[in-house]
Amino acid sequence: MPPTLLSITRDELDLAALVRLVTEHSDEPPGRHGAVVTFLGTVRGENLGRRVLELEYQAYEPLAVRAFEIIAAEVADTWPAARLALQHRIGTLRPGEGSVAIAAASPHRAEAFKACRYAIERVKQIAPIWKREIFEGGDAWIEGATADPSDSVARRAARERACR
Amino acid sequence: MQVTIRLFARLRDIAGAADLVRDVPEGATVETAWQALATEFPAMAPHRAALSAAVNAEYARFTRGLVERDEVVFLPPVSGG
Repeated sequence: MPPTLLSITRDELDLAALVRLVTEHSDEPPGRHGAVVTFLGTVRGENLGRRVLELEYQAYEPLAVRAFEIIAAEVADTWPAARLALQHRIGTLRPGEGSVAIAAASPHRAEAFKACRYAIERVKQIAPIWKREIFEGGDAWIEGATADPSDSVARRAARERACR
Repeated sequence: MQVTIRLFARLRDIAGAADLVRDVPEGATVETAWQALATEFPAMAPHRAALSAAVNAEYARFTRGLVERDEVVFLPPVSGG
């Protein structure tokens, strides 16, 4: 099944499909965008000095899609010409496999870079997705931010990381 | 009234279940549901400070009131990406 703009999947991620989603849009003339920036987060085989065997991702899917919608709306607020596609994979992933894919298109490259970076920062802050690291000798839930989309301090920090 | 509680990550491991259906009193809030859960599973109690919550697939405060058949989700600190 082709990916939708904002979704959770158990399948292998396909950046090229996301690029098509943000550039081939029936409401827009072709060539509206002059830049597409993509991001693929991949499973690192080493973390905190231990050898990672697998990451097991869980998501609260309906709220994760809702979180992606919030992120897309924030991107639209900040960079109105940008168009975002965002897909996160769940299930068991091995080192080297893609876990999150983002494509941000914009008429000019500066906004596309910023929108893409902002989106991954916000995914890490608010998307209800969790990973358990299975490493040599044990396993551990990785815990990052307390998910609160209305936390303006976090949102500002994501924007600063995107724009510096 | 009955509500469904969905659990993820560490909380799911503690409960040994992904979904629980529990009775909460009329007028209960998300916090009330949490207190009942933390009483049933004391190992969850220390996690309260870092949790956020959702009701029916929308982010919610712990002060949010619940109604019959609501789906309450407690969100441990997230680690997507």
